[in-house]
This record gives sequence, structure tokens and C-alpha cells, in this order.
Amino acid sequence: MAEVSLKGEQRVFMTGNEAVAWAAVAAKVDIMYGYPITPQNEIMHYWTRLAPKYGKRFLQVEDEISAGFTTLGGVMSGRKAFTATAGPGNVLMQESAGMAEMMRLPIVYIIQQRGGPSTATVIYAQQETTLTCFGGNGEGHRIVYSTATHQELFDYTIKAFNSAWTYRFPTFVLGDGYQAKMREPLTIYDPEERGQTLVKPVALVGENIKGKQFKHLRNTYNTEDELYEVVMANQRDWDAMAPKVVEWDQKGCEDAEVIFVTHGVVSRAASTAYDQLRAQGKKVGYFRPITVRPFPDEQLGAAVKGAKKLLVAESAYGQLLKMVKTALYGSNVEIVPMLRPGVGITTEEIVEEYSKL
Amino acid sequence: MQELKENNVLQPAMPSSWNEESKPHKFCPGCGHGIILKALGEAIDELGIKDQVVFGCDIGCSLLSWDFFACDSVQTHHGRTTPVITGMKRANNEIIGIAYMGDGGGYAIGSQHLFNAAVRNEKITIILCNNCNYGMTGGQMAPTTLPGMKTETSPYGRDIEQTGAPTKGPEMVAAVAPEGAYVARGTVANVRQAKGFIKKALENQMAGRGISFVEILSGCPTNWRTNAKQTWEFIEKDMAQYFKVGELRVPQVKEG
Amino acid sequence: MAKVVKVALAGEGGQGVQSIAEILAEAANDEGKNALYIPNFGVEQRGGVSIAFVQISDGPIGAPKFQKADILIPLSPRSVKRTQMYAGKDTIYVYDNSLIQEGEVNDNIIGLQYFDVTPPCPTAEQPNADLPADMIAGEPKTCSFTKPGQGVNPADIPEVKKVIAIPANDIAKNEMHPRVFNMIILGAVIAATEVLPLDTIKKALDTKLGDKFKENPELRTMNFTALDRGYNLIKSAM
Repeated sequence: MAEVSLKGEQRVFMTGNEAVAWAAVAAKVDIMYGYPITPQNEIMHYWTRLAPKYGKRFLQVEDEISAGFTTLGGVMSGRKAFTATAGPGNVLMQESAGMAEMMRLPIVYIIQQRGGPSTATVIYAQQETTLTCFGGNGEGHRIVYSTATHQELFDYTIKAFNSAWTYRFPTFVLGDGYQAKMREPLTIYDPEERGQTLVKPVALVGENIKGKQFKHLRNTYNTEDELYEVVMANQRDWDAMAPKVVEWDQKGCEDAEVIFVTHGVVSRAASTAYDQLRAQGKKVGYFRPITVRPFPDEQLGAAVKGAKKLLVAESAYGQLLKMVKTALYGSNVEIVPMLRPGVGITTEEIVEEYSKL
Repeated sequence: MQELKENNVLQPAMPSSWNEESKPHKFCPGCGHGIILKALGEAIDELGIKDQVVFGCDIGCSLLSWDFFACDSVQTHHGRTTPVITGMKRANNEIIGIAYMGDGGGYAIGSQHLFNAAVRNEKITIILCNNCNYGMTGGQMAPTTLPGMKTETSPYGRDIEQTGAPTKGPEMVAAVAPEGAYVARGTVANVRQAKGFIKKALENQMAGRGISFVEILSGCPTNWRTNAKQTWEFIEKDMAQYFKVGELRVPQVKEG
Repeated sequence: MAKVVKVALAGEGGQGVQSIAEILAEAANDEGKNALYIPNFGVEQRGGVSIAFVQISDGPIGAPKFQKADILIPLSPRSVKRTQMYAGKDTIYVYDNSLIQEGEVNDNIIGLQYFDVTPPCPTAEQPNADLPADMIAGEPKTCSFTKPGQGVNPADIPEVKKVIAIPANDIAKNEMHPRVFNMIILGAVIAATEVLPLDTIKKALDTKLGDKFKENPELRTMNFTALDRGYNLIKSAM
């Protein structure tokens, strides 16, 4: 592993998994709980190498159920805690994510999506988008950042801890196998040196103060009305939070006839296709939700106003498409899907798909 | 402890670690949970650790204890109290973490957590109420249901050919936990002894020696459909015959 | 828009394509360029062919994988067959025409989860006795294969802009040392891509293997000679 540090700003060349481990150090995270699954393993590998040097901790547990619930325990005791997983592990972690949603626990889960359903491939997909946004028996009160570059993996991992501890909603960084395993340059830094504030964690239970007022945290309710009040209060908080955390990126939508809508690593292909086609004088646009939850509904609606067609491309069969359709309900822009579950999408393929329109 | 007499009427003696506002508690008449939680409350009082304790409760009837204590408490999911308390303790080892659960939570849905917490010698205290059935869901067969015992899902009696023999939890924990573990099985039929076991289990955590696990044999007259006499007979004879009461692992404490 | 040079290297497990790709990408990064390297990992490797994708540019780089390579370098007869889809009309195609047979890498060696095909160390101090456990079908997991065979069938070579055949494996085995096979290839890649000066790679190797080179200066000479050899093979053919 490269000998680097967070002192000053450093341009480094590393894998996405390594970038996440460094981001957790930069965010002054106290403890990681983990269980091995490809392609996120190296997050644990790098964290376990870095942790002792920074006075941080790690616990390897018996399964992803436990990795999730120990993370909940960690944040309840007032420590910044996180875990990382993929695929079937993400499925198992939904139980704990649901509890965090109900109890408003600031957990951070890093998801490096692999192919699905079931064991499928250990490589790459965008098939955990719905699961990560809406998994569990609830309303999807979560924040989900979908990253495209290693710089974003680093930046948004740091941001995820801040968002989680500010708004107390479970926060996810949605990466994928390609981002996990590929190497590219990024700049790592100490956010506080850059003047960014790191939100301080607060203990929910277990502070040893004489005669303190004890707290009873629960996720069970006796009556329908009691539950309704809690869920609606969470919904109101979530609605108030959404405009503050929603993020998106767009290029050339003002005069575009065709707009590419993608998220995560696929937006790299879309962005390059946009650049190439614009250079040829084609009227194309590019729109990318960075937060897939909350989804930039209004922003997408405004961006596509003048467009004739949207090309929605994703490495899944309609998970992003569903979000786009919901956001654009009532709009009469034509949506052309390009759905490739579990396989990567290249720039050339998007250009080719565009030429068929 | 609260005033013993109010309006000249003798009041029930409650541990000061109990949350008076949630009393009388929500357990069925004749249930053993109240007895176990009283023993636990007294142990917390005697050790003076009320402010350090985080009490975690599982799903099942143990869930009804979510507001039982005047201590920080967390109600979790079925079987997941062990990892929640583990995560807490690993993040902040000043906490005295207590995971309270039933036999379903510990030996069925959360058995992998119990097993691995024992293997890792997590410095937490687990107290498990064994009443031979799933109480809250209406009396189904549990891992601890005795051979031949009738439940909603073993209406003709538990057939151990089909379902295996009842789980002996403390024996399992004692077999896999490293040095420093404290493992015991008590019974609500001997509260003084049970409280002693629970207190030792807490002291073992405070000394940072290893995992502390106490199973307490308890009654469930509602689902067993037994009267008081039958309930006690079942706990004292049938259960105690299969599940041997006593200490299974006591850490060797170095002198001086 | 800055041009993106797309390189795909393919070879048998143990030929070191991943380490070649990694050194190339790291050197480009050190040079201040944007570089992206992604290995084919996981179950894709079943059947033994390992592919490395590298892109280098002065501007931003898009998707991590691509359809047609600018430079395609399959290093075994089997990888010639498996990489047909990455060859296009603008592709420069470099292959090894040594008469060798690939070592057999079956699924139980690859494993289902993740198998990193980077060999132990292509430039480790030699001689380096391979443990039986590290052998693949009796062949050491080094960078060259010694079993004679038919080599690449010319009929398998796709229609491309330019085809260059180099007997890297034979040169390594007969004239140098089997372990420097991938250095010859790295030299060839540098010559074919024309995005980095050869000195950049030498600098990168000095950084990466400085300690080993200090211990054994001969190793440095051997690697750099191989690098130059590969570079010149392509330059003279182009």
C-alpha cells in the first residue's frame, strides 16, 4: 500500500476501496465493523492497516447482519462507525438499516454493488439501487450518494458521515465493483485543514454521568396511531432535509434535444459521450443524480423541459428508470431506456444508442 | 428504593434501578421475567452501576422490558441484541452492556451471534430467559421445548427425532468461550442463587475478563396453560431435570 | 477534447499482464497524466485469460472499460481468441508469436470469488524456486511458458490497422531470463502507445523496486535491458 498521509493535499493513484478507507480516516471515524464479501474486501484490508496508526478500531463479525447491528451499537454509544458490503451482504444489512431508519441512527454503509440477484457476479452492477434506497419494511428514509469517480468516493464518504450525524438518517455511499477495483488518481486531504467542518458525534446512550436522565430507545409501538405519528414525523424531517442534501450534475440541458440520464459509474460513459457528440455539434444534454435518494425530481423536471427524448442508461433493468419516471410523471418527454443488468456501459455504446434515436 | 409505606400501606419493594413509571410491568401473571428483572435490578443497585449500564432487550416477551429500568435502554430486533451491545461495548468500553433475550432470540434466530460473541469473549453480559417456548407469538415450539412437550407447533408433543433435542445454551457457550468467561444457569425457583449468578456475571464484565452468560429457567403459565402449582412443578422438576442448574464456567481470578 | 489512449492487455494467469498494466498506469499518473486501470476480476477469469484495461489521457477519462482498444496485446494463443471483440479497424495489434502452449489454469485454481493474477513478483531476485503449491499444471507461475506448442494460429488474428508479432517469450527464455518476459512486453507497450517516454517507466521501476535493485544491481540491468529490447522490437516494426 502506498505510503501516503493526509498532511497537506496529496495526489494519489489508488483503488476505490483504498480511497474509501482513507476517507474514513479523514472523516475521523472511530470504528469499522465488517464481514468479507467481494468486491468491498479491500476497504477492510486498508482500514485494518491504517486503523492502529490513527488510534482507530476494527471488529470482524460473524455475518452482515451482525456487521450492521454492531455498527448501530457503535453509533448509539456516540462513535462514528461504519461498515461496507455488497450484493447478498447488502440484503442482510437491510434489517439493521431499517432499525436505523426507525430510530434515526446515523450509520454509514458503503455499498460496492456487484451483480444480482443472488450470488451472481462479484464484479459489477447497478442492481442494488432500489435495495439501497428503499430496502427494509419502511419508507426509504435514507440518504444515498451514487459516486462516479474516486475523487467522489473520497469526498462523499466524508460527506456521508456529516450528513448522517446532521440529519440522523442512515446514509449510504453507493459505489460498485468497477470503482472498488480500478485505479485512478485523486487528491486526498484532511477536510478540517481545508476549512470543512466535521460534525461531531453525540452519545445516545451509555454516557457515564452521575444521576443522568436515562433514555429508552425503541423501534416498537403498540398502536397504529403511535406508529403513524413517528413515521410521519420522520417523513416531515426527511422532506425538510431533502432540498438541503439533494445533489445533481447537468451539462447542456438548456438547448438539448436528447438528454442522457445516468447515475454512478455509468455517468462517466454518458459524460464522455456528451463531450464527443457536442464536439460534433449534436444537441445532447447530460443529467446525473448524485443523490439517488432523495432524488432530484424538480431539477430533472426543469432540465428536460425543452428536450424531445431522454436516454436513460443503467446497468440494471429499470431501477433508475423507475425513479426517472416517477420524477417526470405528467411530462410528455419520450423516455428511451438502455437497460443492461449487471454489465458495464461504455461511451461507444451510448453514442451508438444515440445514433439509433 | 422508594418509601416503603405510603398512606400507611406497605408498598412493594422495588430496586432503585427500576423505572417506577413503567410499573406495574407488562408481563403476564405468573411470568418469570419479572423475577429475573428484579434480580438484575438488585444486582445493578448493589454494584452501583446504574449510570454505566446500557440495557438492551430483544424481541419476544423480553421486549416488554424496553422501559423497565431507570437506565439507558435500547430495544433491538429479534436475535440482534447481542451484536448491538457488542458494537456499543467495542466502541466505548466504559459501558456496562447487558443483552437480555429469550431462548428464541439467543438459541435460534440469534444463535450465530451468541456463538461468535462467546468465541470472541466479548466483554458483555448476556441474560437469557428460558421458558421452553415462544411466548409473545403464542406458544410455539422453541429450541428449548422439552421432549414430548406440547406447543402450538408441536401439538402432539415435541418429537426429537424430527426436531432435535432441546438446546443446552450455557453448555454450548461454556464449550467455546475462552478463559475469562463466566457461564451459569439459574432458575426463578431459586432467586437468591439466580441473583448471585447475575451479579457475578456483571462483575466479570466490570473486571473485563470475558463474556458473561447466564440462562435463567423461567415459567410461562399463559402458554403452558398451567396453574400455579403445575407451573412451579414444571420449572422445578421437568426443566431442572433436563437443564442442570449451577455454574459452568467461573474464571480463575489471580490472587493479589 | 484530449485524446484517450486505450490499451488492453490479455494473457494467461501468471504472465503478469496485470502488473504490466499497473506499472504503465502508475507511470502515466506520475507523469501528471490521467490514468485509469481496471483488471478483469472475479468469475470473468474462469478459463484462465486475464485482461487488463488501461486508459491514459491528458483530459478526463470516461467509462472504465471500452469496446475497441487502440493497442491490443494478447500474450498467448488462447488470449488471441478471447480478445477478438476488442479489436477494431484502428487497433494496433501486438502478439507473441513464440511457439508455446499456455499453462492450464482451471477453475479450482481461479476460485469463484477473486483471484489476483499478478504473479508473485516478475522481477524478484532470481533464481526463485517455485513451491509446488505455486505451480499451475506443473508450470511455474512465472511470466513465460516453456512448454512447446503450436503458438498462435494466424487465422485467429482479427482484421486490424496493424499487426506486429514479437517472439517475446522465446527471447526471454533463450536470450535473457524467463522472468523478464513481462518487461519486454512493457517495453513493447510503451513503444506502441507512444504516450510516455521510456525513461518514465524506468523511473517508476526504480521507485517501485528500488530496494531490490540496490540489493542486486544486476537485476536492474537485466530488467532495463529487457525493457529496451521490447521497445526496440516495436519501434523497428512500426
